Amino acid sequence: MAYANASEHAHHDTDHNQPPTGIKRWLFATNHKDIGTMYLLFSLTMFFVGGTMAMMIRAELFQPGLQLFDPVFFNQLTTNHGLIMIFGAIMPAFVGLANWMIPLQIGAPDMALPRMNNLSFWILPFAFTLLLGSLFVPGGASAGGWTMYPPLSLQAGDSFPMLIFAIHLMGASSIMGAINVIVTIMNMRAPGMNLLKMPLFTWSWLITAYLLIAVMPVLAGAVTMLLTDHFFGTSFFNPAGGGDPVMFEHVFWFFGHPEVYIMILPAFGIISEILPTFSRKPLFGATSMIYAIASIGFLSFIVWAHHMFADGMPVAAQLFYMMTTMLIAVPTGVKIFNWTATMWRGSLTFEPPMLFAIAFMFLFSIGGFSGVMLAIVPADFQYNQTYFVVAHFHYVLVPGSLFAIMGAVYYWLPKWTGHMYNMTLAKTHFWLSAIFVNVLFFPQHFLGLAGMPRRIPDYAVQFTDWNMVSSIGGFSFGLSQILFAIVIIQCIRGGKKATAEVWEGTHPTGLEWTIPSPAPFHSFSTAPDIK
Amino acid sequence: MSVTRGDIDDSTSRPRGSWARGLCLALATAGLAGKAGANTSGGMNLPVGVTSLSQNIYALHMQVFWTCVVIAVLVFGVMIYALVKFRHSQGAIPDTTMLHSTKVEIIWTIIPVLILVGLAIPAARGILFMEDMRNSQLSVRVTAYQWKWQYQYMGAAKGINFFSTLARSSNFARQLHSGIDPKTVPNYLLDVDNPLVIPSGTKVRLLLTSQDVIHAWWVPDFGAKRSAIPGFVNELWFTVDPGKEGVYRGQCAALCGRDHGFMPIVVDVRTPDDFKKWVEEQKAAVKQASTHAGDEPRSAQLLPGQSLPH
Repeated sequence: MAYANASEHAHHDTDHNQPPTGIKRWLFATNHKDIGTMYLLFSLTMFFVGGTMAMMIRAELFQPGLQLFDPVFFNQLTTNHGLIMIFGAIMPAFVGLANWMIPLQIGAPDMALPRMNNLSFWILPFAFTLLLGSLFVPGGASAGGWTMYPPLSLQAGDSFPMLIFAIHLMGASSIMGAINVIVTIMNMRAPGMNLLKMPLFTWSWLITAYLLIAVMPVLAGAVTMLLTDHFFGTSFFNPAGGGDPVMFEHVFWFFGHPEVYIMILPAFGIISEILPTFSRKPLFGATSMIYAIASIGFLSFIVWAHHMFADGMPVAAQLFYMMTTMLIAVPTGVKIFNWTATMWRGSLTFEPPMLFAIAFMFLFSIGGFSGVMLAIVPADFQYNQTYFVVAHFHYVLVPGSLFAIMGAVYYWLPKWTGHMYNMTLAKTHFWLSAIFVNVLFFPQHFLGLAGMPRRIPDYAVQFTDWNMVSSIGGFSFGLSQILFAIVIIQCIRGGKKATAEVWEGTHPTGLEWTIPSPAPFHSFSTAPDIK
Repeated sequence: MSVTRGDIDDSTSRPRGSWARGLCLALATAGLAGKAGANTSGGMNLPVGVTSLSQNIYALHMQVFWTCVVIAVLVFGVMIYALVKFRHSQGAIPDTTMLHSTKVEIIWTIIPVLILVGLAIPAARGILFMEDMRNSQLSVRVTAYQWKWQYQYMGAAKGINFFSTLARSSNFARQLHSGIDPKTVPNYLLDVDNPLVIPSGTKVRLLLTSQDVIHAWWVPDFGAKRSAIPGFVNELWFTVDPGKEGVYRGQCAALCGRDHGFMPIVVDVRTPDDFKKWVEEQKAAVKQASTHAGDEPRSAQLLPGQSLPH
């Protein structure tokens, strides 16, 4: 272990296979499993924080009129709900899964850069302390939307620099995580594990990591320009000084659109792991699945302006961005068809991970359909900035990314803890989530089409009924997630012993199923044989 | 759900049939529309609207919607068939030789491409139609502020210039803990003091800009939405069909700060003759205002020192 320093050496020699005890185990963690666990628990915490904000938003929107919050605080809620769910819940969950599973899937003893791994995790609590702390400074937290469009985002109080530095920290953390993933995959695969033999989850993360490295610096640049506009008299986005507020939108969405795929490509990888296992049949068209992920990754860089059609654009640009956006439906369709073909002539069982994967296929497709609708430029002028868009991106992020994460947790949790979890409770969690996510988000399509703009704290009375339905769905969905936490806590504490294969009788493929459950603190110290 | 629909003034003149289309939308996609018939004077679908633009958009919307429904029925049908047919509990034996098939993979790549081309062609035509700003007959400069709109007429109606803000009744009711039930306020949050007045059957062009942050001007029944951006002038146009005179309502569509939800847009569409009459009245009022300083006309407030556009 070349990276162990002298003082730790004695410790390592005597107690190599046991983790250090107490708080030091976590503060100084370099083990990919410990860091993965911390990422996942952090993500779960942020999921409940951001979820609480969502409940507050739905409570204010339960009926017309302002009952609970001042509009400024409402805007703070929507802004921070978005930032926390994207940067605090979804992304760290995927990084946590990458930390746990990539070394296990490629037969590596750990991530390639364990100390950087420690740093990239421990930055996050500071970043979110800054972000959440901004709720308590004079003027309150940022209220300009998670997209931070100037000049509005510049009309902020003391929270503004806190937001910017929080984003810088999150970006640094993401870039380090992405570098670690790439270096690990490129250098530490077991002998014989060539790229095309690599499991789909690892593949999806390899492409995601490149997207992260490409776009997180762009976001950092954009917010730094906001910072200098605010404090140092520059005019990047200030028209009075010759600047251009639309340029921010271009720079932001050049980050923002690949970001959307950063939050869905690992989900595609997860679904491609779960479906074959519970269909008892290999993934259909594995190679074309990899090409599909890669094409989606490429296309994500040339569609960004579809977020901005209503801001005014030459006809040629409207046509270009419409067509590239529609093209994304092709590789995404290939994925859905290949997954369906994976189940075809399979032998299906419906354990909790499989239930989440199946719900993903249906509900993510609905988000995909509304995505195609939004790509139709003239129609986009009506949909844009309404609840139709809110419904669209929540369909791809909640029953999309989030369901994939939950499926992944239910799939690998016994491998992590060594215990089977309460299947009945997990299935109850699934059914409540799958039903209420639709009660929550489907009516938002109607609201948007009927003309309700997004990001408003109060609305005209004709929108009352569907808002009530949506709020009831929201509260129910939120409460159902407590079951998720209960299942996880119970499973960490104990339960029926899990075997190495965990999912008896499905014969899951992948190196992670060849090691015992729970996975030992150090695994694959000698490289496994790949046939 | 205590709201009763009878007491809502449906002055947006949406065609009554829209709830039926909304019902189809719901039934076709989620089966959530059990209550739909009872509650949708606001609608569950895009309004067909009163301009060729909005009707064009509605047609595109329904075309892509039904395309999606058909694909969804086919794809979800196959998935559901697989879920029912290939169950382990029913003794299904997995066919582990089914690894890939270049032929079907090419087929299910090509077919979506063809469908998308079929959608893109009318959409492209729609873009060209929408962006054709030529031959407008009335131009109005629209300036957005936090949180109101300013309308400055150009051309023959030059000189008419006023602000449009949330109606007082809505403004009282929308205050936190106001104690006023929004359902008792006519056109709650969708009413203003001075609406934009335009003639029907006339190609109206709006020139949009903003004095502070980004806003967006949107009237769903016109199919017209465009951002108002400081330092930029954006254009949009619409022609309200003759015979569709009336009051149309919309809202600011871009988050613009504290009162983003409280800067509605109201357009009063009149016949060209009535519009001409209104212009004369307004011009007379402006004239009077400039001769009797301090005696402000209600709906024509020129800002001191402000020059009008040419």
